[in-house]
Amino acid sequence: MASYSTNEFRSGLKILIDGDPFIIVENEFVKPGKGQAFNRVRIRNLKTGRVVDKTYKSGESVEAADVMDTEMQYLYSDGEFWHFMVPDTFEQYAADSNAVVDAKNWLKEQDHCQITLWNNVPLTVTPPNFVELKIVETDPGVRGDTAQGGVKPATLETGAVVKVPLFVEEGEVIRVDTRTGEYVSRVKD
Amino acid sequence: MDGADPAWRPSASVELIRLRSAVLGRLRAWFGDRGILEVDTPVLSRAGASDPHLENISAELGGRAYFLHTSPESAMKRLLAGGSGDIFQVCHVFRAGEQGRKHNPEFTMLEWYRLGQRLEDMMADVESLTSDLCSISKPLPSFRKTSYRDLMRGITGVDPFTAAVPELINALDSHGVVSPTGHPPERDELLDLLLATVVEPALDPEQPVFVYHFPASQAALARVLPGDPPLAERFELFFGGMEIANGFYELTDADEQGRRFDHELKRRAADNRHVPPRDDALLAALRAGLPDCSGVALGLDRLLMYLAGINDIRDVLTFDFSRA
Repeated sequence: MASYSTNEFRSGLKILIDGDPFIIVENEFVKPGKGQAFNRVRIRNLKTGRVVDKTYKSGESVEAADVMDTEMQYLYSDGEFWHFMVPDTFEQYAADSNAVVDAKNWLKEQDHCQITLWNNVPLTVTPPNFVELKIVETDPGVRGDTAQGGVKPATLETGAVVKVPLFVEEGEVIRVDTRTGEYVSRVKD
Repeated sequence: MDGADPAWRPSASVELIRLRSAVLGRLRAWFGDRGILEVDTPVLSRAGASDPHLENISAELGGRAYFLHTSPESAMKRLLAGGSGDIFQVCHVFRAGEQGRKHNPEFTMLEWYRLGQRLEDMMADVESLTSDLCSISKPLPSFRKTSYRDLMRGITGVDPFTAAVPELINALDSHGVVSPTGHPPERDELLDLLLATVVEPALDPEQPVFVYHFPASQAALARVLPGDPPLAERFELFFGGMEIANGFYELTDADEQGRRFDHELKRRAADNRHVPPRDDALLAALRAGLPDCSGVALGLDRLLMYLAGINDIRDVLTFDFSRA
């Protein structure tokens, strides 16, 4: 099993603790002049997102987590799994609902997503920062009201509901920031 | 530091390279005025540091392992035993695995020894020298002194000589520092963690302070003053939020030094760590007779960090480890 010595600690490194994969967010080396050296790390659990602090005696080893980020194309969902493909190799991966919990509202077929694989199984799916999605349902637009700040809910083709300006119409395609879930602009054909 | 810099570029600005040169010139004048001889000892040694808190870097020559010195202490003590009189040296020292905001695996140490001097005298030396060097751009106020016990008790509320492991873990916890997991922690390790993460950051960076009389278990190469508790005749100087210098009233007893080396080497073996050859040349020098003396090691890079108001050691090095 691969492992990392504390000497190799740096932010971004993925390690295995008590069976869970973690990513190092911060690493600080501390050592009093004649004493024991330590690595104080802040780590994030890649399954739960929880952030915890840990202290290691320098020189200790920690098991490496076989975690890899890969860009894949979203193919389709069969209701139970969400299927993705590596464009270069046509290799396909199925992500379960836990892996897509944050992403599924933004997944549009053909879009490229970042898939974090743990032991070659999708752990998390990160959608593109911006997606273009069609509005399937919203109240009729209010003509002439393009300057006011008023908004209304709009349901998108993926099922996501976002707030859009009043002038935006059903059937239009809009650009959404998936990190905030906010409307960015209308997309003109 | 700009991460996009091509790797050939120096880490330090030209201004800081000049500051280093000015400090070197000034310290040589300080030692010259006192008739202290500058020496130059080998970097490679057949013996490695036995200190369990240091990791040696080795080099192979003719099928034999040599070690880059972690400090010039051994060779300088052999010079003292050989009749050199007061000496100083500025050199690079090497410690594997030490890398961080205040650490680089290769750094510049100023080390000096004076015959017939005690800790008090050496603290006066350190104050005089560092005040002189800092007067270049950032004069220091007069130095304070506190015992290790008073310092630790004052800032953490625990007595470092009597607190048990759970009490130390609690003290760390109350300052938001997680204790090391995995192995059952030792008292000295927890005290080290307290010093580095709670006490050091709590010190006024503009106020130099000498901390003296460390626990005997942290004596390294210093004499131990018998008593209850026994105290290491060792001091450290802190300012700029860092440990800047370390001083010993030097152990001259060859048998005691031999026991400490053997104990440290055994500890390394028990921890499954590399066990370097014992420094028998130093023991032989002590047996031949090391004059009564005290010594100080001072981290020049950190002194430069203070002088320049910089908080990353890489910015004062011509080329930090990533550009070596």
